[in-house]
Amino acid sequence: MKLITAIVKPFKLDDVKDALKAAGVQGITVSEVRGFGRQGGHSETYRGAEYKIDFVPKVRLELVVDDSAVDGVVNAIKAAASTGKIGDGKIWVTGIDRIVRIRTGEEGSDAI
Amino acid sequence: MDSGSLAWVLVSAALVLFMTPGLAFFYGGMDRSRNVLNMLMMNFYCVLIVPIVWVAVGYSLSQVPFENDFIGGFDSFFLKDITVAGDGSTLAIVAFLGMFAAITPALISGAVADRMKFSAWAIFVPVWSLLVYVPVFKWVYGGWLGQRGSLDFAGGTAIHVNAGIAALAAVMVLGKRKSGAQPPHSMPLVMIGTGILWFGWFGFNAGSALAANGQAAQAFMNTFLAAAAAGLAWVIVEWLRDGHPTNLGAASGIVAGLVAITPAAGYVSGPAPIFIGLIAGVVCCYAVRLKSKFGYDDALDVVGVHFVGGLVGSLLIGFFANPSFFDGAFEEGIFYGGDAGLLLEQALANGAAIVWSFVLTFAIMVALKKTIGVRVSDEDEATGLDLSEHGETAYRGLA
Repeated sequence: MKLITAIVKPFKLDDVKDALKAAGVQGITVSEVRGFGRQGGHSETYRGAEYKIDFVPKVRLELVVDDSAVDGVVNAIKAAASTGKIGDGKIWVTGIDRIVRIRTGEEGSDAI
Repeated sequence: MDSGSLAWVLVSAALVLFMTPGLAFFYGGMDRSRNVLNMLMMNFYCVLIVPIVWVAVGYSLSQVPFENDFIGGFDSFFLKDITVAGDGSTLAIVAFLGMFAAITPALISGAVADRMKFSAWAIFVPVWSLLVYVPVFKWVYGGWLGQRGSLDFAGGTAIHVNAGIAALAAVMVLGKRKSGAQPPHSMPLVMIGTGILWFGWFGFNAGSALAANGQAAQAFMNTFLAAAAAGLAWVIVEWLRDGHPTNLGAASGIVAGLVAITPAAGYVSGPAPIFIGLIAGVVCCYAVRLKSKFGYDDALDVVGVHFVGGLVGSLLIGFFANPSFFDGAFEEGIFYGGDAGLLLEQALANGAAIVWSFVLTFAIMVALKKTIGVRVSDEDEATGLDLSEHGETAYRGLA
């Protein structure tokens, strides 16, 4: 089992969600986050004074999948979230020690 | 004009000005959080540009001379020859009517929300004011529709039907939002906006008597009752139909009732405003669902509330008009001994306004689409118009 975490541009969220549904993923968790990478921030101007906004809005997706599904899911996110421009985000894969479905107590692959 | 009336018209003008920020909050709260500032700015922009257009040419073209059939003249451009000599009442009336001119295009902003380029809106508003608002206002007030005997006390036909059908034409050219509809991002903001609108509407309707007199008092009472009845009706319908009495239902019903009583405010009395409010509340509560049936993306229901509500109120004058109560020189409604003549005049007036407004608005939008474009890019639409159009952010989680 692996935890897949992806940081993507907010306006790509719907495309990524549709791609993951099409790839057979059962559920995802998303959060609105802020951060900066090589894209840097942007500036906003209020009453003529410029403010540098270092942390730009992004969306973080998290999902746990079987080892066999990892490549398919990563490729689906990569294809759907890509614009080719700087700031498209990142995907990383982390090992999982244990997973439990709270309602039934199922563990492991059954709980995904 | 006596001094009491002058004071009331000036106060009413300020009340009507306050309605535009009220409308901005009403719409802004319903909008999604990434576009709320764009919505506020579309509304505030109307009180920046329209007063200047109104004083420059709008007032003259729509009201001077009053008896022209289709369009006024050039005599009062930039308030030429309008002075404080006498009682200053003409200046007060120019200002009062200027507030109406400003809020009318602002009504349309709710329909085009979430995807219209601000640069296109910036041109649309003054052009629409001159080509659509000014002639329709002229026809209704002093022009051929008014001369035929149709009634519009405070702008049901000239303002709400006019802007409502324009909203439909605008979204037909603009197209649907890519991301579809979303629930309101701030209901408290919607309720604040509703309160401001109701408060300001007393100036809109009771001020339209252009005097501090009995007709103003009755228009005030009608504005009070119709909004309450329509809010109540809308809440009851959705409580029975959908299971919950919602804040948005109450707010929408109040506005629908205010819209519906606008054309009738100085012509009906007794229980009539309650009936007009109840009917408008129920009809508009169902009318806002038409957009999913017909597939146009009227984001915040300008058609369902302003067009339908204005039309309902205007046609109901044909039933409820009560000239003997006001000692007024207008026809009786069907319930007060009249024939269907007044109802037919109401239908004709609204029909003329609908055709003119729809065709001209459609043409203006197509012209903008073919020149500077009317839509933001898909990426800007998805990221939010606050940032793409204004470089501002409404809510900042981390300082």
